[in-house]
Amino acid sequence: MDQLIKPEINEDNQELNEPVLKIQNLFKSFGDNHVLIDFNLELKKGESVVVLGKSGSGKSVMIKCVVGLLQPDKGSVIMFGKNIPELDDEELDRIRAKVGFLFQGNALYDSMTVRENLEFPMRRTWIQFSQEEVKRRVVETLEDVGLAHTIDMMPAELSGGMRKRIALARTLILRPEIILYDEPTTGLDPITGKEIIELMNEIQEKYNTSSLIISHDMKCVQTASDRVVVLIEGRCYAMGTYKELTQNTDPKVNEFFE
Amino acid sequence: MLTTASHKKVLHQLNRSFLNEVGGLSRFAGRFFNQAFRPRYEIAEFIRQCFVIGYKSLPLIGLTSFILGLVLTMQLRPSMVSYGVESQLPAIVGIAVIREIGPVITALIFAGKIGSSIGAELGSMRVTEQIDAMEVSGTNPFKYLVVTRVLAATLMLPILVLLGDAISLFGSWIGINIRGATSFHLYWTQVFDNLAFTDVLPAFFKSFFFGFAVGIIGCFKGYNSSKGTEGVGISANSAVVVSSIVIFILDLLAVQVTDALGLN
Repeated sequence: MDQLIKPEINEDNQELNEPVLKIQNLFKSFGDNHVLIDFNLELKKGESVVVLGKSGSGKSVMIKCVVGLLQPDKGSVIMFGKNIPELDDEELDRIRAKVGFLFQGNALYDSMTVRENLEFPMRRTWIQFSQEEVKRRVVETLEDVGLAHTIDMMPAELSGGMRKRIALARTLILRPEIILYDEPTTGLDPITGKEIIELMNEIQEKYNTSSLIISHDMKCVQTASDRVVVLIEGRCYAMGTYKELTQNTDPKVNEFFE
Repeated sequence: MLTTASHKKVLHQLNRSFLNEVGGLSRFAGRFFNQAFRPRYEIAEFIRQCFVIGYKSLPLIGLTSFILGLVLTMQLRPSMVSYGVESQLPAIVGIAVIREIGPVITALIFAGKIGSSIGAELGSMRVTEQIDAMEVSGTNPFKYLVVTRVLAATLMLPILVLLGDAISLFGSWIGINIRGATSFHLYWTQVFDNLAFTDVLPAFFKSFFFGFAVGIIGCFKGYNSSKGTEGVGISANSAVVVSSIVIFILDLLAVQVTDALGLN
């Protein structure tokens, strides 16, 4: 039986509008370098939010605080009703099973085959999967990303686009409710980038996931976002739909959409 | 030309970076002891690391040990002949190899092969975010990557030292027979007749510390790697350099301890 993790929210419509992720007054500094300053963001069930910002604006730091890879100096990151910075390792692992993270450089394990890369999160999570379920889920997820034939290949044998798809498959393998994308199209040619964005949208539709996407690729922002948050100098500078922000007259916001 | 003030500044910076390194390594070792004996135990990965670190190092250790025993015997022989104590060659080589040369040379080769490979592997995993990916997958990367490797290195080096000593003594027997004729049985009888437990045990025990040093330093350098691919090279290199120096320092301490205990 497919052991999908059920969301901890009621089926009531009003409850569905409750954010699955709520970042409040987040501060993070490295020495004198203040990376995030009073950052706020909400992500609702099934929604796709893109955080847009220049390199070094604190996007990756923010996403790493969300998943508990970095500890914020101040503020809260409420995910599924739990404040991530306050959780112990066991509680954090339970939350992380509901969250997928697509790394900028894919972060595939070089020493493992594609199959082993996908099996790894299933064997390590607190949820128990049968051997048959692991095998079935790996094949199914690889079919979702259109790369079932690469199952016994090593990551080094794959092209950049294929590696990104495999990384996405690994992100999907536990059927997460939220997927965090760190620059999903960086380093890819425009056509492959477009294919990845289409795949992200298909996945969101098929599994009804919520997506938090970090990007500075305007094509990605335009086609993958329900809402856009503009991050400038560690602050949430502007927020709205892509269309709304294109009409924004603020020069700092306008700079991104020219 | 450097002024006295700038000399002092350079010395101060060197001191600070050395103390930072020692402090960081001590904290890292503390974290190892804190996590090593708590569940969840990574048994499968530990066994895999024992195979990679121990079994796969055997050909290199075996070859170098064989050559070491052979060359040592051939180099010693002329002096022994001139003093008329050629018959003591197996005893002298046996004591030298078992007490000092075997453990130290094996540990240095082990540092070169395993220290660099651990430093480079973990360094590369760090800079390509594989360690972060592991953490996000609900795996404690410190336990999975560091604890297993350090334990495997600590347990495998003493075994490699014992095997290396045996192969080295076999090489020595070949060396003796190049210009003489000593039976295999007589050779081993002469070696063991001149060895005591106080020769074998301290050497065996110190190799656990050598193995731990190689494992923990390799992991420390790799796990804390930065600066991209350049950092991976630096991690691999400094893992070998630092563990080689630490092996000599530990050897110096071991001889002081055995001396104080009256085992020399």
